[in-house]
Amino acid sequence: MSDIDLGGVPLVSLRGIVKRFGDFTANDHIDLDIRNGEVHALLGENGAGKSTLVKILYGLLEPSEGRIVFAGDDVVLKSPEQARALGIGMVFQHFSLFENLTVAENIALVLPKTDKLTALPNRIAEIAARYGMALEADRPVWTLSAGERQRIEIARCLLQDPKLLILDEPTSVLTPQEAEALFATLDRLKAEGRALLYISHRLEEVKRLCDCATILRHGKVVATCDPKVESARSLAALMVGSQVKEVKPAGAHALGPERLIVQNLSVPSPDLHGTALRNICLAVHGGEVVGIAGVAGNGQSELFAALSGEVVAAEPDAIRINGAAAGIESITGRRERQAVFVPEERNGHAAAPDFTLSENVVLSRHATGRLTRGGFIVPAAAKALAGKIIAAFDVRKAGADPLARTLSGGNLQKFVVGREVLAEPNVLVVNQPTWGVDAAAAAAIRQAIIDLSARGAAVAVISQDLDELFEISDRIAVMHAGELSECRPAHTVTREEIGLLMTGGERAAGSAHAH
Amino acid sequence: MRIDLEPRAARSPTLEVLAPVAALILAMLIGGVVIAALGRSPVEAFKVYFIAPVSDLWSLQKLAVKASPLVLIAVGLSFCYRAKLWNIGAEGQYIAGALLGGWLAIATHDGAYQGLLGVWWILPAMLALGGLGGLLYAMIPALLRVSLGVSEILTSLMLVYVAQFGLDYMVRGPWRDPHGYNFPQTVSFDDPATLPLLVPGAGLHAGVLVSLAAVLIAAVVFSRTLFGYEVRLVGSAPKAARFAGFSDRRLTILVFAISGALAGLAGLAEVSGQIGKLQPEISPPPGYGFTAIIVAFLGRLNPVGILIAGVVLAMTYLGGETAQIALKLPVDMTRAFQGILLMSVLAADVFTRYRLRLSFARRA
Repeated sequence: MSDIDLGGVPLVSLRGIVKRFGDFTANDHIDLDIRNGEVHALLGENGAGKSTLVKILYGLLEPSEGRIVFAGDDVVLKSPEQARALGIGMVFQHFSLFENLTVAENIALVLPKTDKLTALPNRIAEIAARYGMALEADRPVWTLSAGERQRIEIARCLLQDPKLLILDEPTSVLTPQEAEALFATLDRLKAEGRALLYISHRLEEVKRLCDCATILRHGKVVATCDPKVESARSLAALMVGSQVKEVKPAGAHALGPERLIVQNLSVPSPDLHGTALRNICLAVHGGEVVGIAGVAGNGQSELFAALSGEVVAAEPDAIRINGAAAGIESITGRRERQAVFVPEERNGHAAAPDFTLSENVVLSRHATGRLTRGGFIVPAAAKALAGKIIAAFDVRKAGADPLARTLSGGNLQKFVVGREVLAEPNVLVVNQPTWGVDAAAAAAIRQAIIDLSARGAAVAVISQDLDELFEISDRIAVMHAGELSECRPAHTVTREEIGLLMTGGERAAGSAHAH
Repeated sequence: MRIDLEPRAARSPTLEVLAPVAALILAMLIGGVVIAALGRSPVEAFKVYFIAPVSDLWSLQKLAVKASPLVLIAVGLSFCYRAKLWNIGAEGQYIAGALLGGWLAIATHDGAYQGLLGVWWILPAMLALGGLGGLLYAMIPALLRVSLGVSEILTSLMLVYVAQFGLDYMVRGPWRDPHGYNFPQTVSFDDPATLPLLVPGAGLHAGVLVSLAAVLIAAVVFSRTLFGYEVRLVGSAPKAARFAGFSDRRLTILVFAISGALAGLAGLAEVSGQIGKLQPEISPPPGYGFTAIIVAFLGRLNPVGILIAGVVLAMTYLGGETAQIALKLPVDMTRAFQGILLMSVLAADVFTRYRLRLSFARRA
């Protein structure tokens, strides 16, 4: 590779990077220096702004403000091609490979058009030998494991001789053995003087690999430190934040019976990037909010799908709603048992973006909202219910009955939560209730959840926002790799303990209280 | 230079109405160029294709008879296409309906099996069997898709050829009219097995009413019923449909059943009301079942739009027949024009959702 001696000047410097999406600031004045021969960790919870930042660095997003300095020169990255031409390569978390093509063909696709293809197998073999990556040029991709596929992505980057290689959660799809092989490759890259930007929330990996760590929280840099010196516990505390908001607004109320009971629920992984649920046990009383924390991709969506009935369990007894075995019932059957659900994704899952608000009311209330008569939708009833939700939750909109897609994120989320809460359910399961929502809407939604539980409903909140969970939960459990920890009372458990459980670190010390 | 398609932020209702009109004009222009290249006058051709069919009452009746199967099939297809399921085998389902319904006409020929019941039941039973034949034939791709994940596009299309050869075999073999001088055709249907004419003259038969009823019913189903909502939701936001508790397997079966039944009904109406017997070709080329795909998209999958589009495409059939005689244009011109029209409709559709952007930017 063409080494640049920068005399201690960083290879890449980000200065005051700001990225706004509408009202939402994903990156807020971020400074970051990456030096040659350094493995630099970018740490943070999901939604902290890591992905946005690396997309800016790879030319996929343009920053709203700020400068990118590469090898001493200011650069403007308008496209990934430009970033690659400078010597920046990126390995994405989700691979973009053609299943039916061979390894060599997949690699050839990203090379400049001028490169001769005849020499390619040799070049692949050379790279494979040099970095200890087993790669067979002639194998079709569909026969390969996740680890082998990742090696193709890495080889693609290495053929372009990058000075900086960005790896986004590279171990998230790997087995421990494959991860070890990856680390060996990364060590060699580092020894050659290349810079690596390593995005992860697995603290043990970061401690093993990285020389420097920048920690993001809510779009801001909260610390830059040496991960080898810090403990996993202190890194976790930096990631999840330590300021505690003491808000327990629900008035005193008696706990009701266990309205939502999950017993030894196991569900196989739906696909390659999914997570299998293993022996989930959970019991939520009426009048109680149980928070389920965890880093994204540890089985939260799968848990939501299993609880809601979008994916049914094998055993009727695995899920009991209001005392009745509901494990093999459809989502409609569970709704008829007075359970309601709010999925994570507003547009396209909780609501149909190209349908009007009154049509979107029908989406989840067609069986329980008295909106149909003999198979016919009663538009007046749907409009009336939509109006009730809009009034109760102060949903701001343009026009009488606009398309869902025209609402802002916060307003659509209020509408979606309102649709379910106004059903006065006995059980509410909600995934990421305030994801990407402005502060005022988030507060309104949290208040609605707390008030609903105070009226006697059992509420399970899946969230990656620990502040939120500590604010509204009576008890907190943590999902990691498809398993759910025991529920702990929210006022006795510490953020550090939760943070450690989230990152798969040591099982938090201290006596674990069951409910 | 670089050509980009940028998604439009909002859908414009005006644009959605204008798109099919623009597509039709574009197809006429391209067709005109082709006709000019063949050494004929595009203006004359335009008159033959689009003026003559609406110039007198007799032609209008002919037009209605041609439009009827197109509209009926396309209304059925709109159920599939709204749910983003691509049944392109309506031609096969059309033939299957004609075969099963036509069987009854042949079986009851010359008073056979009529007994005490009389003859009143034959026509309703033929209509039911016509629908059933198309429905059952559509179940093959539907069941293959929900049970094994086989692409319905391939299976439904392939089954068209199976149906065509099946019909060919029946009319040349077991069902051939013994007194038909070895022509490949069945006996002519008796009166009780023939759809009555609405007015004497150009053959305006009662099947046209079935098509109109289908348009009305489909319009109500899409706009008012939970089932119509389900179909639209599955096509528009499949994850939301799952969240709503709608099963995509059940829906796949249902929309294929509807679309197959309507295609089968169209086939039966054609052989009973128009042709009067079974013969190797019961659907003028390129086939009502294929042309109906164009009708469905030109009509923007909207029942009323389909009614209008069905009339437009029927014109190309009638005009094509006249153009062969009057202008000595080949029959392939009709097929080519229908193909050009479909491409124009699909292209226009893209521009309702995207904006074309040409950039001449310097690349760094």
